[in-house]
Amino acid sequence: MHTPVRSDTAWPDAIYAQFRRVGIRQVGYVPDAGHSRLIKLCQADPDIADVVLTTEEEGVGLVAGATLGGQRAALLMQSSGVGNCINMFSLLRNCGFPCVALVTMRGEFGEFNPWQVPMGAITGEVLRLSGFLTYRVERAEDVDEIVGAGCDMAFDGDLQIAILLSQRLIGRKQWTR
Amino acid sequence: MLDRRDFVQQVLTDRGALLVVSGLGAATFDVAAAGDHPLNFYLWGAMGGTAMTGLGLALARPDRRVAVLTGDGDMLMGIGSLATIGAVQPKNLGLVVLDNGHYGETGMQPSATRSGIDLVATALACRFKHARDVSRIEQAAEVRALLHAGEGPILVNARINAQEVPRVLPLRDGHAIKRRFIEALDAR
Repeated sequence: MHTPVRSDTAWPDAIYAQFRRVGIRQVGYVPDAGHSRLIKLCQADPDIADVVLTTEEEGVGLVAGATLGGQRAALLMQSSGVGNCINMFSLLRNCGFPCVALVTMRGEFGEFNPWQVPMGAITGEVLRLSGFLTYRVERAEDVDEIVGAGCDMAFDGDLQIAILLSQRLIGRKQWTR
Repeated sequence: MLDRRDFVQQVLTDRGALLVVSGLGAATFDVAAAGDHPLNFYLWGAMGGTAMTGLGLALARPDRRVAVLTGDGDMLMGIGSLATIGAVQPKNLGLVVLDNGHYGETGMQPSATRSGIDLVATALACRFKHARDVSRIEQAAEVRALLHAGEGPILVNARINAQEVPRVLPLRDGHAIKRRFIEALDAR
């Protein structure tokens, strides 16, 4: 039975619970601080192969191969990684490979580092132009429902779904300790 | 130096349960020329993504052997995936790079391997279990045996001559290639 998680800091647990519910077996990622808890949960799960990528576009191939082999896969990346994937996304569109991408946003709410802003500002549009349906999550209590709906759309309909986890949800990066 | 068509034909002969992923351009045409098969996944684009598609498939089907055949240009674009694959250590994955040192589809401009960049050494540095160059057709049987039974990850860099060969065009509809592959794999 799937129990929604609604605490403000436990939203990665809600994503992980949805991964379990829909049977995600491979997770490709370039680490992001916002995904650190979810990555740990996936690493600890013997039913999930966690694959650390040298660049996010590798994850697109991983998803395609997993699907060919009968498994479901998800991608975790930071908004900057979306730009690395653009041509590789054509593989998903050309063949109708289902894909769920969880994108932690940088370059928006309270961003300290201006170098994150140009890519962060166009991440949603880039995904849309690349064929993804994109959903944005601002509040922890919405994570479960939106990720669940996104996973169902992706795997029931061979669609490409991106869920943008806003910087306000993740928390501003702390640059001073 | 190898004739690419003879070499691929011999490597894929009596392929049994082998799953094959081919990289865009000439490698896809070579695999098609060796005989169309529902368990071929032909890439026609997504340059740089062939080896990683093989990794996802190898992880999903540890009970089957997966062979990736691709060109030096595609492998160079996805060179980081050698590190990714080396970290995962899939025992059932083999990569065959058809290395002519050139970008054949675009006018035969030299690639980095032409300047001595060594994919075998790169693969060994990335903890591949087997990595070797081959340049004689007599070695095709060894390569075939390695793909079917050697411990992965494996990389074979096949030194092929840069001669152009007629194109053999397989299915181009990505949805159809995917569906055919999944159905054939499910049925076995």
